[in-house]
Amino acid sequence: MALQSLDIIRRSATTLPEPQARGAHTGQVAKLIDVTKCIGCKACQVACMEWNDLRDEIGTCTGHYDNPHDLSDQSWTLMRFAEYENPKGDLEWLIRKDGCMHCADPGCLKACPSPGAIVQYANGIVDFHEENCIGCGYCITGCPFNIPRISKKDHKAYKCTLCSDRVAVGLEPACVKTCPTGAIVFGTKEDMQQHAAERIEDLKSRGFEQAGLYDPEGVGGTHVMYVLHHADQPQLYSGLPEKPKISAMVGLWKGVGKPLGLFAILATAAVGFLHYLRVGRNETDERDEEAARRELEKTP
Amino acid sequence: MNVERKSGEIVRYEFSTRLNHWIVAISFILLALSGLALFHPALFWLTTLFGGGPWTRILHPFLGLVMVLAFAFLAVKLWRYNVLEPRDRQWLRQIDDVLDNREENLPDVGRYNAGQKLLFYAIVLCLLGLFASGIVMWRAYFAFPVEVIRFASLLHAVCALVLICAIVVHIYAAIWVKGSMRAMTRGTVSPGWAWKHHRAWFREVEGIERK
Repeated sequence: MALQSLDIIRRSATTLPEPQARGAHTGQVAKLIDVTKCIGCKACQVACMEWNDLRDEIGTCTGHYDNPHDLSDQSWTLMRFAEYENPKGDLEWLIRKDGCMHCADPGCLKACPSPGAIVQYANGIVDFHEENCIGCGYCITGCPFNIPRISKKDHKAYKCTLCSDRVAVGLEPACVKTCPTGAIVFGTKEDMQQHAAERIEDLKSRGFEQAGLYDPEGVGGTHVMYVLHHADQPQLYSGLPEKPKISAMVGLWKGVGKPLGLFAILATAAVGFLHYLRVGRNETDERDEEAARRELEKTP
Repeated sequence: MNVERKSGEIVRYEFSTRLNHWIVAISFILLALSGLALFHPALFWLTTLFGGGPWTRILHPFLGLVMVLAFAFLAVKLWRYNVLEPRDRQWLRQIDDVLDNREENLPDVGRYNAGQKLLFYAIVLCLLGLFASGIVMWRAYFAFPVEVIRFASLLHAVCALVLICAIVVHIYAAIWVKGSMRAMTRGTVSPGWAWKHHRAWFREVEGIERK
């Protein structure tokens, strides 16, 4: 958090408003990933490593093109390759750039117990502030997309920042800048939706009847969106969830559970106090000792 | 439990049981404080007591192991006194007399009354739930599917809240029934206390035939 943030609209484990004098008056941002244009070159992965100074360990081949084979504290974005045989019998190579979706209603932020470890800026970016992270992993529990990863070295959670440091000074994210086919574009969410609509129209005219935009409502929409050839079957794209939303269990735990829980404890204590006021202590007096003595004397 | 007489007092808890109880009690207090710190933002400041957020996260599960292990010993020791009997039903039916200190109306009580027995089982169940779900949530050493972790997180919170409420009742009961606290600190109760609150147990330890 090198820059002073005066545009925080939501902050983890915080009940009062944060500095938010600065709004996003020109519109919230979004990254649009056009899966139909992606050639799987992984330049976005490299750009992400370069800009963010990340170097993942050199792994091993697990029999497919995904490299590394999963997101990690050092790999904030990853091309996931899926081979799909369509009903016509043709092979489709569906390559999805995986990473944080920057949900409008972020499950990670809802679940996080540490004040200010996760923030949401006015422009829509959801950012982790690792200096406040306690390493509990609740963000992973809360995330509907399985994105955050905890470092084995420092036990802090990491994920894509949507290059919040670049965006804050008017630059596009590193992956967007490097993408050679223009499959990744960045702008206001509105512009990106418009651009997607044009792309979808084009795709439909080429026979992809089910082409569409992935901007799931269940999480309030996302600030990373996909154009998919098969928007009706997002799970084809390496398990992209069809209707992602914050799990009901996380909702209970981190929603009504919190005030209700504290209330239950305080109410129990209050009932005890009232009982004390009304009835008072149950004391043993001399008559009880006398009765006990009498019984003892009777025993042989 | 062997009965020694210390100037007319009746031994209710031996030293080893008392020590065991207080290991459970102290670890419970530390667990409740650190757990609540991570449960509600309004209580996050409690992490300061443990050296900050990350230390709270690190220490909490280890404290949990201490509590579960110590309580297991205690539970094994006290289980046979907590088996429910027919007379417990009558005691529960007369809960109004219990709450209004009209003990003379109640049936004779053994080593533990029905309320204490139910509390015992509540603690056993909560600790089982907390232990199982706590292991699932312990990311530093275990990896479970996220759906299981979500369920465990909710279960952990529910069990913890029930347990904390149960312990609030337990602590209040110890304050309410004067002379109880000494049973767990110095280990003894007065014959009058035993006669009044646990008459069947009093007669048992004193070898008095039932009338």
